[in-house]
Amino acid sequence: MRESFYRWRKIKSGLVSALCLLCAVLVIAPLGLVFFHLLREGASAVNWSFFTNLPKPVGEIGGGMANAIVGTFELLGIAALIGVPTGVLGGVYLAEYGSVRVNWLLRFICDILNGVPSIIWGIVVYGLIVVPVKSFSALAGGVALGFIMIPLIVRMSEEVLLLVPNGYREAALALGIARWKMTLHIVLKTALKGLVTGVLLALARVAGETAPLLFTAFGNRFWNHNLHDPIAALPLQIFAYAISPYDDWHRQAWAGALVLVSMTFLVNVAVRFLTRSRSAALAK
Amino acid sequence: MKNVMEHESTISADTAALHAMTDAEQSPAIAFEVNDLSVWYGQKQTIFNTTIDIPAQSVTAIIGPSGCGKSTFLRCLNRMHELVPTARHEGSIRLFGEDLYAPKIDPCVVRRRIGMVFQKSNPFPTMSIAENVIVGLRLNGVRDRAYLDERMEKALRMAALWDEVKNDLNRPGISLSGGQQQRLCIARAVAVEPEIILMDEPCSALDPIATAKVEELIYELKKQYTIVIVTHNMQQAGRCSDYTAFFYLGRLIEFAKTEKIFTNPSQKQTEDYITGRFG
Ligand SMILES: Nc1ncnc2c1ncn2[C@@H]1O[C@H](COP(=O)(O)OP(=O)(O)OP(=O)(O)O)[C@@H](O)[C@H]1O
Ligand SMILES: [Mg+2]
Repeated sequence: MRESFYRWRKIKSGLVSALCLLCAVLVIAPLGLVFFHLLREGASAVNWSFFTNLPKPVGEIGGGMANAIVGTFELLGIAALIGVPTGVLGGVYLAEYGSVRVNWLLRFICDILNGVPSIIWGIVVYGLIVVPVKSFSALAGGVALGFIMIPLIVRMSEEVLLLVPNGYREAALALGIARWKMTLHIVLKTALKGLVTGVLLALARVAGETAPLLFTAFGNRFWNHNLHDPIAALPLQIFAYAISPYDDWHRQAWAGALVLVSMTFLVNVAVRFLTRSRSAALAK
Repeated sequence: MKNVMEHESTISADTAALHAMTDAEQSPAIAFEVNDLSVWYGQKQTIFNTTIDIPAQSVTAIIGPSGCGKSTFLRCLNRMHELVPTARHEGSIRLFGEDLYAPKIDPCVVRRRIGMVFQKSNPFPTMSIAENVIVGLRLNGVRDRAYLDERMEKALRMAALWDEVKNDLNRPGISLSGGQQQRLCIARAVAVEPEIILMDEPCSALDPIATAKVEELIYELKKQYTIVIVTHNMQQAGRCSDYTAFFYLGRLIEFAKTEKIFTNPSQKQTEDYITGRFG
């Protein structure tokens, strides 16, 4: 009697363990598959000319995505200029100043905005900038990405700022330091690593956005450093090449995807590194 | 350890001498005149109609059981309780005759005149020892490097920390031991040269040796500053204070010379608390 009860318990425990393992594998498998597939299909096309050349006209073999890579960074730069100050200041307001009721409303709005499909942002900016100016532009693309970043960064920086113990705020105020100076020199400085982490994650998140760029940055086969003209971006180029009928372009699309995924991967590794040294410093 | 004991006995001997002196004089100058102070957190009242005159250039201890409103009272003295959004008060507090809550008074200025040391030491984690000490001056607009260095050394000496840290002023403040961190916080508070220093259980996380150092320091600081200290430690109140206020359930029960409170209290509740019958 006792014996069988024991066996049944062991079987149950084994079953549940196996189930957990299966789920873990299911979670990790897509990442492995994606990387494996990207490497197999794209690695051969990732070479020096991929990073330095412009796309070749249809039919010619070779060429690269130099303009799209640089374009992605330009778009991220514009997005950061809009999203980082606005987002961080919004987070500062929520964590340091706002009243209970206003904060509730702001958080609610941010959470809704975070759930808005990114293509909607493209349409919004299309209406706001592209239509009045009558031209797709790098500026419009950057603004669309920036808009996506704002609610992300507001929520992340609020959480990071709330992690700063209240004792530091009180200590600073008890010295007769003005509130805004306390926020700037004590709270933001203490939370700096967390804020950088949040910003990097938000940048990594929008770096791969394609839909909001379709109606805004539009894409460009050539170099463009003028904010008022359409600009190339990696996700757009990947999209354009992937739906084309040419084998060489397909290879290049794989290569572009590999580069994009590697970039986000590197950012995530950097973030891990930053947060690790932060928790080590706090543990002291 | 022996040294510490010796110190303590000299301190109490000196305190006694000082009591004798002030006894001979007429009533000392008043720092805080608190008149009919009541404090609420939301609907809940935590301080009831307290009237008390806290003398200048001396140490006043505030004792009483946990939750009786000692911290709340202390934080009213430098307007720190205003940081709690639900907090509200009635009654007046004057510092050397000036109303601290007058509409034209800036709370920052009040807090610059009235420094505070907290129960849990809290040096700023991003700053070195030196930066921690001068941060109050620097963020209040003092730029002169030489002057800042001078004030830093002076403050660290006052906090009896200079000899222990003078060779590594650039180490992070949080790399010090708990007792050193608390003295660093005291140095940070005295560096802005306030007129008053409020201490909320400054020794509750310290070992006896560090406690003795802080008490010695309080004794030193008394020469220049008015000190109000909250403590749960009866011996500490007896050792280092000139006056003692006993709070119970948000009311000031008794306020008198420390000797009197400890030897001959006029209220039954005070006696019960001091002899350990409740609290
Ligand atoms: N921020 C706050 N919000 C609401 N109520 C508070 C707040 N701070 C204190 N109180 C309440 O006010 C009362 C007095 O608290 P206070 O911290 O002044 O007590 P205390 O005498 O310092 O106690 P202790 O010796 O434990 O530090 C307590 O009942 C407490 O619950
Ligand atoms: Mg308290």
